[in-house]
Amino acid sequence: MNSPRALRNVHRFAVFTACCTFLLLIAGALVTSNDAGLSVPDWPLSYGSLLPPMVGGIFYEHGHRMIATLVGTLSIVLAVWLRQVESRRWVRWLGVVALGAVVAQGVLGGITVLFFLPPPISAAHATLAQLFFCTVLSIALFTSTWWERERPLVADSGRPGIHSLAVATASATLVQLMLGAAFRHKAFGIVPHLMGAVLVTGLIFWLAGVLRRRFADVLALRTSARLLHALIGLQLLLGAGAWWSRVYAAQFPQPIPVMVTLTVIHTVTGALVLATTVLVTLVCYRLARPSGVPLRAFTPDSGASAGQSQHQGAL
Amino acid sequence: MKAKPVVLIAVAIGFAVGMISCGGNSSTTTEQPAAGAPAGGGTAVDQNTAGTVTGTIKLDGTAPRMKVINMAAEPACAKVHTTPAMTEDVVPGDGGTLQNVVVYLKGDFSQYKLEVPTTPVTIDQKGCQYSPHVLALMTNQPLQVTNTDQTTHNIHPVPKNNREWNESQAPGAQPISQMFAREEVAVPVKCNVHPWMKAYIAVIGSPYFQVTGKDGSFTLKNVPPGTYTVSAWHESLGTQEQMVTIGAKESKAVTITFKAAAAAD
Repeated sequence: MNSPRALRNVHRFAVFTACCTFLLLIAGALVTSNDAGLSVPDWPLSYGSLLPPMVGGIFYEHGHRMIATLVGTLSIVLAVWLRQVESRRWVRWLGVVALGAVVAQGVLGGITVLFFLPPPISAAHATLAQLFFCTVLSIALFTSTWWERERPLVADSGRPGIHSLAVATASATLVQLMLGAAFRHKAFGIVPHLMGAVLVTGLIFWLAGVLRRRFADVLALRTSARLLHALIGLQLLLGAGAWWSRVYAAQFPQPIPVMVTLTVIHTVTGALVLATTVLVTLVCYRLARPSGVPLRAFTPDSGASAGQSQHQGAL
Repeated sequence: MKAKPVVLIAVAIGFAVGMISCGGNSSTTTEQPAAGAPAGGGTAVDQNTAGTVTGTIKLDGTAPRMKVINMAAEPACAKVHTTPAMTEDVVPGDGGTLQNVVVYLKGDFSQYKLEVPTTPVTIDQKGCQYSPHVLALMTNQPLQVTNTDQTTHNIHPVPKNNREWNESQAPGAQPISQMFAREEVAVPVKCNVHPWMKAYIAVIGSPYFQVTGKDGSFTLKNVPPGTYTVSAWHESLGTQEQMVTIGAKESKAVTITFKAAAAAD
């Protein structure tokens, strides 16, 4: 079994790493919006040093690299820490996956600089950043006392099943973020991203509606539904604002604050939407069981153990 | 049933990767034969028969108002300017003329041996602006980049037919020497440290080119007799062309007019 105290500490550390990763996402979005991706022509050093003059675009690009170095270091510590204190093998491996992702992310970042921002690589760099963020948040969830505690399960007898719907929503959101990244990095125009927005909005409203109707008495799922509604509404407004600001900013000789602010907030809110759909999916797998599957309380160590559910899913 | 979500994710990611990979606008340099490389094996232009093409580039209408560049992020450059630095998208010349237009001859020069100048063309970074804003050189002619600012720049040409490069230059650093192997009108140049810095380098396959100055005029000397296209390129007003036929020892004058309204787009 995991030591509760050790697990609590590693959970806090994972949350801290996720917060730093969110800062890193902001820093990365600032680089793109300020057109500063190539302000430092060399890699891995910056102007041949660890601390170049932090002027103009260098401030954004090198600042991004410094925060990335911090997150990389935190990922190493997290992976090692999980290996020492975590009894669940798959969680230990998830730490290794996160570490591998952050290393790959650094290499992709280097390639973008050395090959002058090739759109597929830049879009891959932006996408992997989101996946890494979700991975660290998942580790934080899996190491939380909420996840570890024995919990009653609820039956899901609706169609489509909540698992399938949640996975489809998270997958579509990931694709939508990839399309957004591809647009930002000029791989193609806005149309695919707009079409994706329609699809993702529909799926999120569907998922949130199902969560509210079927699991009205399960606090975690009910709260998830509210969060999804709030985030997608905010993201749609930000998307419209970001588009307007890009059109408006085109008449200026340089990136202007309103454009940078709106596009950066839109980008990182997209990351929050994806992270929320992923976490909601995990919570659905944690709490809901398709009808026909015996409802037994779930213990994360073994997968499932005896114990009847106190909840029945309301359909 | 269990494999269903995995398949869904794989299909979704595959779709997105496919779309990104199929997207155009790749920045990869295209390796193509040099279209306008100077001929090396021909004969020299006969000075006794060579003619001249002269002319003026006019601007029809009022030039759009230039915008103020905000250099607050770079005090070292802001203090260089006694008046606010302005953009240089459309710079009118004297008497209704237009500056910063690259005028060059298009034609078949393959029978002539056209010497590539060994003197470098210089572009300076001064007050966080490129000077000159538009320049032209011949294929394989040396380009020299200098930095007279008290701040670091990166010089980043974004060509379509030539090799892309991106080099940093600290204050007081040695000039950077580069050249372009293929004809290209024109290569945009930017500085990613200071996103307002923009310049254009026209790479021409013959020595018959000039960038218009304050009087909007141009003179292309030592042109062998023949029929040519006089091409005038402007960064925001596009390209205008006129045919011209030069006889032996003949001098022809050409006037090309750009419409200012085209810049309003």
